[in-house]
Amino acid sequence: MRSTVVVMIRIRGLTKDFARGDRTVHAVRGLDLDIAPGELVAVLGPNGAGKSTTMRMLTTLIAPSAGSAEVGGHDVVTEAAAVRRTIGYVGQGNGAGHNQRVRDELRTQGAVFGLDRHTARRRADELLDALDLASLAGRKVSSLSGGQRRRLDVAIGLVHAPSILFLDEPSTGLDPQNRANLWSHVLRMRAEHAMTVVLTTHYMDEADAMAERVVVVDHGRIIADDTADRLKADLAGDRIVVTSSAPGRLAELARRLSAQDARGGVAACAKVPPAEARGAIVGIAARPGDPAVTIDGARVEVRVADGPRALPVLLAAAQAEGVPVETAQVQRPTLDDVFLTLTGRSLREAATSERSAA
Amino acid sequence: MTATLTAPVAPPRPSNLARDVGIVMLRELRPVLHDPFSLIFGMIQPLVFLALFGPLLAGSVGTAIGGDVWGWFVPAILVMTALFGTSTTGANLLFELQTGAHERMLVTPLPRSSLLVGRALKEMVPLSGQAGVIVAVMLPFGLRVDALGVLAGLVVLAVFGVGLGSLSYALAVAVRKQEWMFWAVQQTLLFPLMILSGMLLPLETGPAWMRVAAEFNPLAHVVAAERALFAGEFLAGAVLAGVLSAAATAAIGPLVGIRVMQRSAD
Repeated sequence: MRSTVVVMIRIRGLTKDFARGDRTVHAVRGLDLDIAPGELVAVLGPNGAGKSTTMRMLTTLIAPSAGSAEVGGHDVVTEAAAVRRTIGYVGQGNGAGHNQRVRDELRTQGAVFGLDRHTARRRADELLDALDLASLAGRKVSSLSGGQRRRLDVAIGLVHAPSILFLDEPSTGLDPQNRANLWSHVLRMRAEHAMTVVLTTHYMDEADAMAERVVVVDHGRIIADDTADRLKADLAGDRIVVTSSAPGRLAELARRLSAQDARGGVAACAKVPPAEARGAIVGIAARPGDPAVTIDGARVEVRVADGPRALPVLLAAAQAEGVPVETAQVQRPTLDDVFLTLTGRSLREAATSERSAA
Repeated sequence: MTATLTAPVAPPRPSNLARDVGIVMLRELRPVLHDPFSLIFGMIQPLVFLALFGPLLAGSVGTAIGGDVWGWFVPAILVMTALFGTSTTGANLLFELQTGAHERMLVTPLPRSSLLVGRALKEMVPLSGQAGVIVAVMLPFGLRVDALGVLAGLVVLAVFGVGLGSLSYALAVAVRKQEWMFWAVQQTLLFPLMILSGMLLPLETGPAWMRVAAEFNPLAHVVAAERALFAGEFLAGAVLAGVLSAAATAAIGPLVGIRVMQRSAD
């Protein structure tokens, strides 16, 4: 029987250090996090940020160096067995044994979680159908494609209908079609089981599209925690990208408008109605101290709070001052922009530098 | 994709070590059962060894072992088969360590000990079949065994195999990032243990230091116990020594295995 818990996952000061020769690697540094029942949370960060280490602690694979975590109301250290009974886990590798047969692995997993033979068989068959694996039931796991194996891993993680499903980079290595396919299955399973889902990923688009809540992790710390939309609106803003034969003048105009908008005087300057302009073009810097306006050849990029409202203001002001504009567009932010704003590095750069450091 | 999922499913049964060991053992056995060729070759190999090595043994050391070559050699061949099987338990694990299948099992309610014991006991199933085939084949050639003694011998081997299999498992976990190291260590330890057990050649004709070393080799006591049990000598001192050696190995092996598993996580 499942106990009712208000918070499905509670993490306090969770820390993990690894000894590597004569140095200590601080993989996770004092995380605090609460996850409510039914939430779908993506933990986003570059390789080496501490995502998987956190997940390994929450799934009882490794013990924390300090701090505590409760999963489904059970402490991950003192009640590890109870945690394991509560959760489903899909790791980075292939969970199904390569020499095993697809159906056998599902039934074994059911038996492992205490299902009787009849229930384990029924459950295996249901999941084979649900995850489009029924035609592969008698095949050896080693003969499956990468996408099929991943779906089987998800099925194995769901056999016992867990309250909480942990997915550690579930779509890494899959092509876009297989990723989309896998996610449609996971989301459907989640809806049918009313599960709490925690996933790690370094795919920004995946976190953006799938998760109701995004926890951004870097160097073992949580640096942001909100919905993807709010993170993007609050931290990254929109980008207006304009090409001009006078990029310097255009950039100067954008900076002036931004400063005047901050003082409430942009409407007069741009000769547009105040209600249309106010607050729209306030510059959002990539991070404090960095310019909100950048020039790259003929291309001028302006970070603003509200792109669709700021663009006409900027164009009207440019026309009024005779600054030539050739093309102009508004680009909506991505989670990479959020990461850039927070850390000064893009997720891709961070991943590359972490790999180089490793 | 019209399947309807029925969740939540039946509440889990309470933990039961024997059931969990059985689940692990059955999972390990399935690929073997699905592959009859490996089973058939597994049955034939000890017979080939007996056919080639037995006559040599009879001609060279027959008197040193009291003339009953098959009664001396058949139990030893079964110990050797169990030794090879359980000491390579870790090799099968290495692949699952690399792919992630082992990690998946660690995030289940299965106790760590069931993973060790279940994998080791899996080797005992084909071994029992091999024992039956070998005894049946060798009976016309003069082998005389006590049926109860053979069964008791298999139980002792199973107990010893649990310990050895767990140690093999621990070795695999400890050297999981350097696969070659597993084989280097396993082979380096296996052959001295075998030679110093009097399994293939009698130690009675060897130097004194070898006989002394054999006293500290648990495998030597297990081999002596198997020979006594196959002969129906249940009350022989060798049986007690062998049972104690097997039990000690079975106690130490899983402890080491679990400890290595816990340490490997960090």
